[in-house]
Amino acid sequence: MPQFDPSSFASQLFWLLVMFVALYWIVSKIAVPRIGEVLEQRARVIQDDLDRASQLKAETDAAVAAYDKAMADARGQAYEHMRVMQAELKAVSDKKTAEVTDTVTRQIADAEARIAAAKQKALEGLKTISADTARDVVSKLAGLTPEGGAVDAAVATALKDAR
Amino acid sequence: MAHAEGHSPMEQFKIEPLIPIHIGGTDISYTNSALFMTFAVILTGLLFWGATRHRTMVPGRLQATAEMLYEFVAGMVKENTGLEGMKYFPFVFTLFMFILFGNFLGLMPYGFTFTSHIIVTAAMALFIFTAVTIIGFARHGLHFFALFVPPGAPLGIAIILAPLEFFSYLIRPVSLSLRLFANMLAGHVLLKVLAGFIITLGVFGVVPFAAIFGVTFLELMVAAIQAYVFSLLTCIYLNDAIHLH
Repeated sequence: MPQFDPSSFASQLFWLLVMFVALYWIVSKIAVPRIGEVLEQRARVIQDDLDRASQLKAETDAAVAAYDKAMADARGQAYEHMRVMQAELKAVSDKKTAEVTDTVTRQIADAEARIAAAKQKALEGLKTISADTARDVVSKLAGLTPEGGAVDAAVATALKDAR
Repeated sequence: MAHAEGHSPMEQFKIEPLIPIHIGGTDISYTNSALFMTFAVILTGLLFWGATRHRTMVPGRLQATAEMLYEFVAGMVKENTGLEGMKYFPFVFTLFMFILFGNFLGLMPYGFTFTSHIIVTAAMALFIFTAVTIIGFARHGLHFFALFVPPGAPLGIAIILAPLEFFSYLIRPVSLSLRLFANMLAGHVLLKVLAGFIITLGVFGVVPFAAIFGVTFLELMVAAIQAYVFSLLTCIYLNDAIHLH
């Protein structure tokens, strides 16, 4: 086996040393610092991005909270406005209703008074007409001329009964 | 080695000098083994150079590959040795890439697997063993010997267990180097033996051919797993030196 031939040992050991040291130099001076740097840089960029993302998220949350608060405030204000308006409208309508009711009541009272007067007047007229009619009937039928007071009294009695 | 010398399954492991260099009677010729070590270094260098040329926030394919390798090994070191072990990360990363490319390049046609030589794996394992022992004593002084006393064991049992623990500690470089060496050796010998059967079996050579097809995938997996196991064990040994238990 060539592996156990000592004549090549010195050469193998020498070149192993040379090549290993050369590779160690390449790895430790070029590969490790450069790759380490790029990995670190990437990790930093990712961390920065994550930080910014969480910051933006916090800002968004704050904006949403502000929006919600503004919304609630506006809703409250609108409700308050509505309540005030409703109260004003109610007061106005109450006042108007009262006025109208007053007017109507007064007009009704007037009308009733007028009706009562008219009725009175009509009744007065009826009494006269009845008395005249009764006098005429009596004179035509009996040829008598009745005493004015007796006819009036009879009419009044009859009307009273008719009422 | 029943085959003729030129077609021996062991022939692929032969060290052939490409540029003979002799210094003071010591043969340190640039060989095929050294050539493939050079390939491993150049390819790893090219991979990292190309991957980190334009460093972008969203990585391209090459950069993603390099980042994946980096994070894989970094995760392994951090998980097994904690943050204090991260200063050894460049070493473990180098080790991982060196063995990974060594193993993979050996599977290429006409490739040579420098990790299939016990002297290479033993040198790496002994270096790690020595380094770990030095780190252990530097950090803990003589208290480092507490590593050999299992935690929570009663005194009587500890006396029996301590020599065993000490022995298993000493055997670490052997198991570490043999594991990688034997895996690479066995895989490549198996492939070569199967390849030999293709010719000798004639038409029935399709059977070993199909087997080679499967074994090649298995070997690709073994190549990656052994690189991982070697660096993982390095991490575990480092952890012992840093944290004792």
